[in-house]
Amino acid sequence: MKSLHATQHALADPLTQLDRLEAGLRDQLGLPLFQQRLAEAGLFPLRPTQMEIFQINLGKMCNQTCAHCHVDAGPDRKEIMTRDTMQLCLDALATSDVPTVDLTGGAPEMNPHFRWFVEECHKLGKHVMVRCNLTIIVANPKYHDLPAFYRDHGVEIVSSLPFYNADKTDRQRGKGVFKESVRALQMLNAVGYGKEGSGLLLNLVYNPAGAFLPGPQEGLKRQFKRVLWSEFGIVFNDLYAITNMPISRYLDYLFTSGNFNGYLEKLVNAFNPAAAQGVMCRNTLSVSWDGYLYDCDFNQMLELPVAPTAPRHIRDFDDSALQQRDIVLHQHCYGCTAGAGSSCGGTTT
Amino acid sequence: MKTYYNPEDLKKFGNIGEFQPSLAEKFFAYYGEVFAEGALTAREKSLIALAVAHTVQCPYCIDAYSVDTLEKGCSEQEMMEAIHVAAAIRGGSSLVHGVQMMNKVKELSM
Repeated sequence: MKSLHATQHALADPLTQLDRLEAGLRDQLGLPLFQQRLAEAGLFPLRPTQMEIFQINLGKMCNQTCAHCHVDAGPDRKEIMTRDTMQLCLDALATSDVPTVDLTGGAPEMNPHFRWFVEECHKLGKHVMVRCNLTIIVANPKYHDLPAFYRDHGVEIVSSLPFYNADKTDRQRGKGVFKESVRALQMLNAVGYGKEGSGLLLNLVYNPAGAFLPGPQEGLKRQFKRVLWSEFGIVFNDLYAITNMPISRYLDYLFTSGNFNGYLEKLVNAFNPAAAQGVMCRNTLSVSWDGYLYDCDFNQMLELPVAPTAPRHIRDFDDSALQQRDIVLHQHCYGCTAGAGSSCGGTTT
Repeated sequence: MKTYYNPEDLKKFGNIGEFQPSLAEKFFAYYGEVFAEGALTAREKSLIALAVAHTVQCPYCIDAYSVDTLEKGCSEQEMMEAIHVAAAIRGGSSLVHGVQMMNKVKELSM
């Protein structure tokens, strides 16, 4: 499977995605736009709270090409962060009280400067999280020692596993991914990850393999824990249930499967003001592979930079100026406010 | 095309209170409580509901609990096994009456 970008698909263009979302909501379904719903909830304009997370996207290169990927990542994507841009991130982090650095991609580990960057973030006393796709650990012998590297730097691992069986996982993430993910999880467990008292956090991300919303997070966690332990001897700490965002490849899936209208309707009808209060863009700053600043990783992929009143590149980082900005919103934001809410850390209510 | 069952009508279920509000209110409060986590998990209850939906052959309920079981993280095998339980009970309930037939036949036969 190739990325939308590589096949020059119409939906590789963020503007086309945004237009089709808005037209679908307003013209086809006659539903209120996100900004309107937020205003009714007394939250418009949406403003940041305390900045707690620097989410840095180290690049779009990935060893997998998942059917739902909002980044449109894959082996054919070559955009990755340079060491110079990483240094700019470190300079910003050194001046900031932000406690957590959340590294994502693509597969962030494929960036040749990844380990140096983790070490430097660790030296600054930051809590480092890596969004590891698991299969990268077993993809090549040069990555086999990643679990030990993570352990030595106290890295928190957050890994996608959309289901506790091969069938559904492979349909979303590619053939053979479940088997390799199980092997990688066992390697992470072997160095202490997910084990009680180790202090090494291993959290899984569940997102629906289809056009439906995630159910209650606690119930899903219980089921994943039971099956992964009984069938594979795997342990993990927490499970984050994340709603699929109607953008990029997932948006393409919604159109081709005939689920676009139904899914949008579901998101809008499930709008929850309490979830809107806790959306992650309020305490997160997202940095792209080329150093530009966004309110979240989804806005980054839609090329919706932070409001022009704020600095827009990491070289100009200014915590207090960023705190004054209005968060940039569009119709995809319904994905974070449905039901119990959705963020990179799971539900928000 | 007009049919007796319209998938869009499922979304209007909540409107039944229009003709009799107090009973609808009581029903939905009861319904919500039945499906909450209890001695059985919400997941288990959803699978039971899916099986019963097939027994009563309600298209609305089949749609609703196919989605609900998916949302609650049930596997496709679990969902189909639940329906087989319904089918086994339906089939068994016919077949077990064969005993009544046998009783009658034996009563009347030499």
